[in-house]
Amino acid sequence: MNLLDTLLRCVATLVAFLVLPLVVGQTEHKVMAHMQGRLGPMYAGGFHGWAQLVADGVKFAQKEDIVPSGADRRIFRYAPAVALLPYLLVLLAIPVGPGGFVGQAIDAGIFFVLAVMGIGVLGSLMAGWASANKFSLLGGLRTAAQLMSYELPMLLAAASVAMAAGTVSLPGIVDAFHWWWLPWQAIGAFVFFTAGLAELQRPPFDMPVADSEIIFGAYTEYTGLRFALFLLSEYAGIVVVSGLTTVLFLGGWHGPFPDSLGWLWTLLKTFALAFVVIWLRVTYPRLREDQLMRFAWTVLIPLALVQLALTGIIKVAIS
Amino acid sequence: MSALLAAAGSLEPAARSFLSPTGQEVVFLLVGVAVLGAAVVSVTTKQLVHAALWLVVALGGLAVEFLLLTAEFIAWVQVLIYLGSVVVLVLFGLMLTRAPIGRSPDADSGNRWAALAVGLASAATLVTLVVDAFRSSWIDLSAGAGSTRATGEYLFRYWVLPFEALSVLLLAALVGAIVLSRNGKGRLPRPRAGQLRAAVRSAKAPAASKGR
Repeated sequence: MNLLDTLLRCVATLVAFLVLPLVVGQTEHKVMAHMQGRLGPMYAGGFHGWAQLVADGVKFAQKEDIVPSGADRRIFRYAPAVALLPYLLVLLAIPVGPGGFVGQAIDAGIFFVLAVMGIGVLGSLMAGWASANKFSLLGGLRTAAQLMSYELPMLLAAASVAMAAGTVSLPGIVDAFHWWWLPWQAIGAFVFFTAGLAELQRPPFDMPVADSEIIFGAYTEYTGLRFALFLLSEYAGIVVVSGLTTVLFLGGWHGPFPDSLGWLWTLLKTFALAFVVIWLRVTYPRLREDQLMRFAWTVLIPLALVQLALTGIIKVAIS
Repeated sequence: MSALLAAAGSLEPAARSFLSPTGQEVVFLLVGVAVLGAAVVSVTTKQLVHAALWLVVALGGLAVEFLLLTAEFIAWVQVLIYLGSVVVLVLFGLMLTRAPIGRSPDADSGNRWAALAVGLASAATLVTLVVDAFRSSWIDLSAGAGSTRATGEYLFRYWVLPFEALSVLLLAALVGAIVLSRNGKGRLPRPRAGQLRAAVRSAKAPAASKGR
């Protein structure tokens, strides 16, 4: 019974992992198009091009899988898996609704989530190095530099929420949420979401894959299904970062009728944040490498420290 | 001290036999062998980046060992710090300086026998120490024994002093790193628009030598 329950939860997470990124990807196609005065995909599947990403997937699967002759073949092949799997594991720990509506309840949830997300970047590094291509190597380097700068503010912002809730378990944090946490943790939410965007290398933080200077960064040499896996990991990352921000800062399942409709509020908030991610991509130009670093070290980290101090003061004052 | 012992669970010699291991112990040993193998490959491989990636396997295996000992919090911190930061830093350094694909014949050192001797000696010391300290005691591995709450209580109730001493040590290391990375020659003027840095330096250098 227990084993069956675990298996069912894992399968449900896997289904969510395969469906939600595609939904976000399709939304990105349509939202970006409409923001730029276009229509976006209109033909695949009939109704407003809903099957565009399915068609894309079929196209990727049919392409030839090329490994450059100078590449380190084994690492080149493993890299997409290393980039993609961490997001699947993280999705397992994100609570959707109250009363155990979560893939697996993990005691040190925040740490698990942040630790495992950090591994995903190893995939980009491996891809960048193993391709034997100078653009890939540059992309890998930029990825590493960006990750190391932005992981610190992300951790500090998450630590602030953990302090406020008095627990490091994700369902525990959502349980402890009150509406006045929104203004209290607003700075932390901004820092966390921005640093999360940077870890995903989404615009305006997409210097590591800047297509106008270094082709496609670490993924330049990839084709077919392996390239699709990297793209999938980017969209899975959007789902994960939006979901985490929802759980940590926006109160997860809190809303009208949390017991019956809790999962709906979590999903709605997650998709609202995913919309913001797409919106930012269309709105802002790419940051230059030095601007990117300066933003992390001189804006985000001080802000995260301010939030940490604020959380501590108020926590002591109300207890 | 007695409170600590009570909190740590019974350390009595167990009335258990080593000949009928539980599934958990078997897995623990297997993962341990895998970690050892990955560590050995990591120091013997001639391919620099592969060495760093084998290090990922070894450190990840250690995290699994912590998980098997129910120390969930420690396991995730291990993943966060070592896999997420230290190995990324190592790879970053390798890629920034030199990261040839394939074997690097000069990745060998004449000191390897000395290094082997030091490694074996320190390993022998640690193994003797740990074996002598715990002998045949069994630690209760019931669920929650290594939870975040329990770890926090150990750290901030019984081990506060070592913890704080360690943080002072880390602070000293941080300050040392900053001091080492600044060169004491005084700062060059910041480059301005329309003025080359080299020109500024050569214009200043004679004046400085005259002063001495």
